[in-house]
Amino acid sequence: MDIPYTVEIRRDTGLTNGKIGIWLFLASEVMLFGALFASYILIRVGAPSWPRGDMFLDVPLATVNTIVLIASSVTMVMAWASLMRRRFQTYRIYMGLTILAGLVFLVIKYFEYSHHFHGGELPSTNNFLAIYFTLTGLHGLHVFGGMVVNAYFWGPGAKLWKTNPVWFTNRVEHSGLFWHFVDLVWIFLFPTLYLL
Amino acid sequence: MSEKTVVAPKPHVAHEVHHEELGFWRKYVFSTDHKVIGIQYAVTGLLFLLFGFSLMMLMRWQLAYPGVPLPLIGQLFGEARMPGGTMLPEFYNELGAMHGTIMVFLGVVPLAVGGFGNFVLPLQIGAPDMAFPKINMVSYWCLFLGGITMLGSFLVPGGAAQSGWTSYAPLSVIAGTGQTWWLIGMIFLITSSLLGALNFITTTIQLRAKGLTFMRFPFFCWSQFVTAFLLLLAFPPLEAAGVMQLMDRVAGTSFFLPSGLVVSGQALANTGGGNPLLWQHLFWFLAHPEVYVLILPGMGIVAEIIANNTRKPLWGYRSMVYSLVFLGFMSFIVWAHHMFMTGMGTTMAAFFQTTTMIISIPSVVILTALIISLWGGSIRYNTPMLFAVAFLPMFGIGGLTGLPLGLNIADIPLHDTYYVIAHFHYVVAPGTIFALMAGIYYWYPKATGRKMNETLGKIHFAGSLICMNVIFMPMFIIGLAGVSRRLFDAGTAYAFAQPTMHWNAVSSWGAWTLALFQIPFIFNFFWSIKKGAVADENPWQATTIEWSAPSPPPHGNFAQVPQAYRGPYEYSVPGAGKDFVPQFEA
Repeated sequence: MDIPYTVEIRRDTGLTNGKIGIWLFLASEVMLFGALFASYILIRVGAPSWPRGDMFLDVPLATVNTIVLIASSVTMVMAWASLMRRRFQTYRIYMGLTILAGLVFLVIKYFEYSHHFHGGELPSTNNFLAIYFTLTGLHGLHVFGGMVVNAYFWGPGAKLWKTNPVWFTNRVEHSGLFWHFVDLVWIFLFPTLYLL
Repeated sequence: MSEKTVVAPKPHVAHEVHHEELGFWRKYVFSTDHKVIGIQYAVTGLLFLLFGFSLMMLMRWQLAYPGVPLPLIGQLFGEARMPGGTMLPEFYNELGAMHGTIMVFLGVVPLAVGGFGNFVLPLQIGAPDMAFPKINMVSYWCLFLGGITMLGSFLVPGGAAQSGWTSYAPLSVIAGTGQTWWLIGMIFLITSSLLGALNFITTTIQLRAKGLTFMRFPFFCWSQFVTAFLLLLAFPPLEAAGVMQLMDRVAGTSFFLPSGLVVSGQALANTGGGNPLLWQHLFWFLAHPEVYVLILPGMGIVAEIIANNTRKPLWGYRSMVYSLVFLGFMSFIVWAHHMFMTGMGTTMAAFFQTTTMIISIPSVVILTALIISLWGGSIRYNTPMLFAVAFLPMFGIGGLTGLPLGLNIADIPLHDTYYVIAHFHYVVAPGTIFALMAGIYYWYPKATGRKMNETLGKIHFAGSLICMNVIFMPMFIIGLAGVSRRLFDAGTAYAFAQPTMHWNAVSSWGAWTLALFQIPFIFNFFWSIKKGAVADENPWQATTIEWSAPSPPPHGNFAQVPQAYRGPYEYSVPGAGKDFVPQFEA
């Protein structure tokens, strides 16, 4: 039995199931990070003093990371656009670059983290570091999750291209929506934690 | 409608056959069929309801006879929990916290949303399955893991969570290992709800049968649709809060720990500077919409059954739908009425008290519309209808007694007394659970092809109705006397509690008798699978689309692709040959 509107668009809604599903998922993600940002504001407002981000954090490194993530968003769009133009090999290259950018981001994050840990800066040190580790840790998990999905579509999941290219293109688009969301979270995290 | 429909061969025969040949594990355990998953959810929910009820029956002994050893089974709980059969306060707290958690997150929600939503919703909108069958399966197994984690937490050193189902900080942060398990369990349950919710919304929007516009939806579909939005958007903040509490407990952060906290005479090592009220805000931001998650599916079920058994269209269907949607929106901005006693300013209190009064209006509209729907109907009092009709006054009592709690001034004396317990249990126990029972009796023939026994059903109903009131009515009296709900000895130490102490025993005997009256239901539930009266596809002469599928529906549900030709409740149409005109008949 086949589920309708997996691949084809339902005419009165103009959408496929997956498109609605991913947007709903992102809506719930907005609530998740929204709650964390709200908590950040509440704790910061209630604190007698609050360190500026660059007192603890490495701003240049995070700037590099921001650029890496934004670049990965561009390659993600290019990956999807390549599929729309039916250029599978180009897709592979762009998707590979996207995954690689995610990896670079996490490696830089790893150096930041280990630097903190070696310097004795732990989540328990103060509330700034507590919220920093919680927010960036959760964001890092999202980056990792996005990379796993993208790696699947780069590798074994790409078999679908041969049998159902439209479906595969849609899936890459949905994965891309998630990836852009993860980028967007970082765009908020970077100034909030590092610059303010 | 009574002729057996022969399954017509479809273009995808090979595909169908492939599915039919699934082995036992894929067919009944790791199934992606919404009906199997719905039944898995429902059975899991019922088992957890029974388990959560058992925890409460233990507590009721302690409340009725504080300090008296529990006869017969008291010794079974070990010296650490009940030395000599007498309950320790820690064990009482464990039972209380887990009763709340299990009943809400593992009992009612899985049954109401997971069970009925999964089984009925796709059938009612004429869909072959959910939009994402695999995600649906993952959603159930997340719930299962969450349930196992919660149950397992009873076995860890120090026992399960003891900080109430609300897990208020800082108490919960400094509590034993059980609390960590509680948080991990909650993260599983939240994941399960999220996946379920996005599946429900997508299914409702995308897989509606041709002609089934939103205003032709059965009210039950609307209730599940709105409920899914509440779950989708309200649960993530609790997930965030859960992550932060986990950080507080595991990584030593101080999100919810204030500065200068002293525990057992010793200053806590944490840096402090956190905000205990932050937890309450995040928790109630979920938990108030959660209250509507508990009640809306119940209202949906009751609406279906009332329309079917009064043989009349629902009165004011449109205003009910608008009220439902409005209720969904409003439920996000009332949460702090649970927190009037936290020292919030009068402006904040006034705001939340106003929104709370406003949100009572749509609830009253829906309840009133259901009551007026009874007017002038030729009512069939079968078991589902009895439960559905009893829902109305029971939910009414629960709802109306909530108004004083929503008013800042009246809440001050009533807050955290037994009055609060009586109020929300009237909403959820004889309210929602009666609606869910009504739903089980109503859709059982669709799931199994047989009806449940009516006599046993009526015994179950009458006994439950009386016992529920015997349990909860005395709590209003105890609560109005000012007795706190947190006392493990029911207030033995307090002079003001003495005049109402004897009501605790009444309430407890009500609870134990209620357990006895569930035996006919449990027996009926299993017995009727094989021995119940055979039901055709539309045993209640109902109008909605699920009754056009065979009972039980095969994989893929419908023999022909269904279509909706009219509104959901075309009962007793003047000039029609029979007293119902199904939605699915041209």
